[in-house]
Amino acid sequence: MTALLVALGAAVGGPLRYLCAETLDGRWPLGTLVVNAVGSGLAGVFAALSLGGHTWAFAFTGFCGALTSYSAFAVQAVDRGPRLGLAYAAITTGATLALCVGGFALAHELARQA
Amino acid sequence: MTRPAGAQPVGDPAAGTRPLLPLLLVALGAAVGALLRWGLGRHDSPGPEVPWVTLAINAGGCFALAALPAIGAVRRSPHLSVLLGPGLLGGFTTVSTWAEESRGLASEGAPGTAAFYVGLTLASCLTAAVAGRLFARSIVGPLA
Repeated sequence: MTALLVALGAAVGGPLRYLCAETLDGRWPLGTLVVNAVGSGLAGVFAALSLGGHTWAFAFTGFCGALTSYSAFAVQAVDRGPRLGLAYAAITTGATLALCVGGFALAHELARQA
Repeated sequence: MTRPAGAQPVGDPAAGTRPLLPLLLVALGAAVGALLRWGLGRHDSPGPEVPWVTLAINAGGCFALAALPAIGAVRRSPHLSVLLGPGLLGGFTTVSTWAEESRGLASEGAPGTAAFYVGLTLASCLTAAVAGRLFARSIVGPLA
């Protein structure tokens, strides 16, 4: 059951990432940057909400895991050469970590007040 | 107005479904990739240590994606390329799990380990992608 939910979440998140990349990626890979940042923010939110095993498998492991992609990011950074590639790597690292921390803090605070 | 011989006939039933096929291939590949990641990730220790399994998954996936053009069938088939690239390897590697693991390490009183994990993942994944590209170029020459 857990495996099925992981696969289902990924079957939603993966195509969403592909659509964003196909639509927004250019010399500057905006689409991949956006899905990696949004997926990391959602991962922080889901971690703060202490989701149950099945919801966690679908939303965190499956959906967020496949919505984001380290391989697409790293290969894009390498293909764009040192200057643009390093700027892209720095912005992706900063934005994804900031949104993950921010998402966790926000959801944690809201859950505490609820 | 006449169409040249061999042109796409108007109302070709396959034409409308074509944009859907890459999405289905990505969904299939990502589902398999995520299952592999989930199966391997359960071996990571839950304590405040570097998540070595996630690191290995991401670095291995980066090498494989960069090296993918080395496979002749991938160069010839855009469908296979989409299934294995954004599909399988996109679903296998993850930024969100890495980010949440890093946040967790820092908040569990191991900020040094968190910083080490962030830097090590970035360095090893970029190095793996460079190595994958070099490997692919050594087989097929300059990549398009």
